Amino acid sequence: MINRRLLRAALPFLSLAIVLAATFYVQPRTMSYFGLNLMLQYAIPIALATIAQMFIITVNDLDLSIGPFVGLVGCISATLLLNNPLLGILALLACVVAYGLVGALIHIRNLPSIVVTLGMSFVWLGIAVLILPSPGGKAPVWLKAIMSFQMPWVPLPIIAAILIGGIVHVALMTSSLGVIGRGAGGNPKALQRAGWSMLKTKVTMFTIAGFFGVLAGLSLLGLTTSADAHVADRYTLYSIAGVILGGGEFIGGRVSPLGSVVGALTLALAGAFLIFLKISPDWQIGAQGAILIIVLAMRALISSGEARR
Amino acid sequence: MTLEAIRLDGVEKSFGAVRALAGVDLVVSAGECLGLVGHNGAGKSTLMHVLTGTLSPDKGHLAVAGETISGEWSAAASQSAGIRCVFQELSLCPNLSVAENARIMHKPLKGFGWKKRARDLIRTKLDEIFPGHGIDPDDEIADLPIGKRQMAEIARAFTVMSDPLRLVILDEPTSSLDAVTAEQLLAYIGKETAKGTAVILISHLLGEILSASDRIVVMKDGKSVAERPASDFDRTSLVAAMGSEGHGGTSHSATLQTVNHTSPILVKARPDGMATGPELIVRQGEVIGLAGLAGHGQTRTLLQIFSRDHASVDAPMSFIAGDRQSDGVFNLWSIAQNVTIRSLKAFTRFGLIDPASEARMADEWKSRMSIRTPDMDNNILTLSGGNQQKALFARALASDATVILMDDPMRGVDIGTKLEVYDMIRTEAANGRSFIWYTTEFDELAYCDRVYVFRNGGISDEITAGSISEERILQASFAETAA
Repeated sequence: MINRRLLRAALPFLSLAIVLAATFYVQPRTMSYFGLNLMLQYAIPIALATIAQMFIITVNDLDLSIGPFVGLVGCISATLLLNNPLLGILALLACVVAYGLVGALIHIRNLPSIVVTLGMSFVWLGIAVLILPSPGGKAPVWLKAIMSFQMPWVPLPIIAAILIGGIVHVALMTSSLGVIGRGAGGNPKALQRAGWSMLKTKVTMFTIAGFFGVLAGLSLLGLTTSADAHVADRYTLYSIAGVILGGGEFIGGRVSPLGSVVGALTLALAGAFLIFLKISPDWQIGAQGAILIIVLAMRALISSGEARR
Repeated sequence: MTLEAIRLDGVEKSFGAVRALAGVDLVVSAGECLGLVGHNGAGKSTLMHVLTGTLSPDKGHLAVAGETISGEWSAAASQSAGIRCVFQELSLCPNLSVAENARIMHKPLKGFGWKKRARDLIRTKLDEIFPGHGIDPDDEIADLPIGKRQMAEIARAFTVMSDPLRLVILDEPTSSLDAVTAEQLLAYIGKETAKGTAVILISHLLGEILSASDRIVVMKDGKSVAERPASDFDRTSLVAAMGSEGHGGTSHSATLQTVNHTSPILVKARPDGMATGPELIVRQGEVIGLAGLAGHGQTRTLLQIFSRDHASVDAPMSFIAGDRQSDGVFNLWSIAQNVTIRSLKAFTRFGLIDPASEARMADEWKSRMSIRTPDMDNNILTLSGGNQQKALFARALASDATVILMDDPMRGVDIGTKLEVYDMIRTEAANGRSFIWYTTEFDELAYCDRVYVFRNGGISDEITAGSISEERILQASFAETAA
């Protein structure tokens, strides 16, 4: 039993190792500081968006708006934040608060999160297009500087991944408040009977998700240096896939921050790997889906073995 | 005079037309173990939800330690007043460890090193109540067998941090414990009450109630009907107190025609998980009642028969669900569609439904069941609850099924509708249909030819029409001690 649990926890790391090894095998030149930096830099915004999604999945909801939201943050940052930093910061704060309010709406009216966030995705996209009708804008200099910072010896994306995963792990998995967040996904009734407010818990989790969504948007803009409302549309599916690849489950409050970050890295790397294989971009989404299905099938195999014992 | 832990004065609570609590007066003194017994629907669980703050009473007062609660009564308020409850369906988060679940109960468990404190807290209490429990505070709840989960939840209820521990309510605490751990728990209750904590013990094991409690309160129809020191009760008088004096159950039975014992057997099943023990047998034209306390295997047995799992069934079947909203009606469909769905094959021609004969069937059953609607094409939700239930009966009776399974279908149905449906059931039985009827209402058993009483997933008694009495059913529902 312990072995299987360990195996299931190790699966995200194993998947990453396999994809990494395959990439090194196909293209040995990637096995260098610059190679890794280049391949993994887009993993940072994906990892941050995945963490945002993870906080929502923890409380048994699903966020279908995170991609357009990341795009909106990029648009705000490339225009407002650049020209009027104070206003820009206020606008980004408003975005985070709006996420919390969406959480409150979902809880109070007992609405399906999928429907509400799907609706919100069009709202985010609409605002983004209003702010920046055609691709353009410019990333603030400091943002570009942070994202292109060259760490000695270890590439920045790897350090960032360890930092993000580690901090969120401490906050959600080992802190006393994190227990309440996960408990809200595991058995909301039990939480309420112990005198905790589900409304506060959900709003908190959605607000944190909004915060990480903003971080994802900022880091993406730092890499692309100019914004586009549609730049992150795929992030919605990436983030869900990342959480699930990382060992999370859609319901029951079972998530893993370290696993989610690793899942995001795997997805980013899988994209690069498929390019090296000269698979046309048209097939890439399908190929990434295939990787996802293989990993999930392996997890199901491990779990069914667990149940049989 | 001993100190009061908690006092209820005239507490009332209604759900729609159903009066779950009809003015309960109850006092639990500090250091007392109060046994609480009653049959299904007596109001025990509503009372617990009121005490723990998850339901607020419509009327009446609540006093903790002699002080009447004036402000808002909520789960958090109940928690800080020192009231804990071990619910029958477990209230642990399955994705968290035992120690983390302790943290959910105690707000002060935070800051640096909280996990170590939580582990120590729950481990100490587990060691105290269940020596040799074999539970690691870091075990995830989902990995523990049900018995150990219950031990963890019981231990959690008795842990003390900043809030005082005033009253612990245990609802069927031993249902998943083995004999040894159950004994350990009862011994611990004695120790804990000696320290001044009050305990309310709810159990279907009368031996447990009689030996562990100081005083016993019997509830019936949302009121406490008897209240005496435990030493004044014995098994027989306790069962008698739970029943009522003037039940005229036999008057119906006299009108039942005796089913021919040579008529063919349609259903034969042994409740799941029981290798031996009595079998459930249904003959053609019989109305079979399933009785006993809720959740002791009746619904499971119905589903087992319906899926023909370890059950030999020699007839087409139909199932009438008890939970109308989740298992019964198709919310978006018309009344007619809801009635005819089980019988579509009968009027399908060339793979298509013949609307004329569908409408004919719907109209026929509208008048036969007297479903009160101007038009069967209206949405099913335009009907009252009782008429929706009639539509579900029509769905089953209009079909070709000769065995009809009923899962406590009269929940929340008005008396007029009930009487109409009872008549219908007897008429259909006379025409050769068989019914298997799980009911939580004693009065309905009077319409049955035979009754099987369930306890702990198996059949504990079989009673034929002439000898059905509330007392005998209560006797069979409550066991002396754990098996």
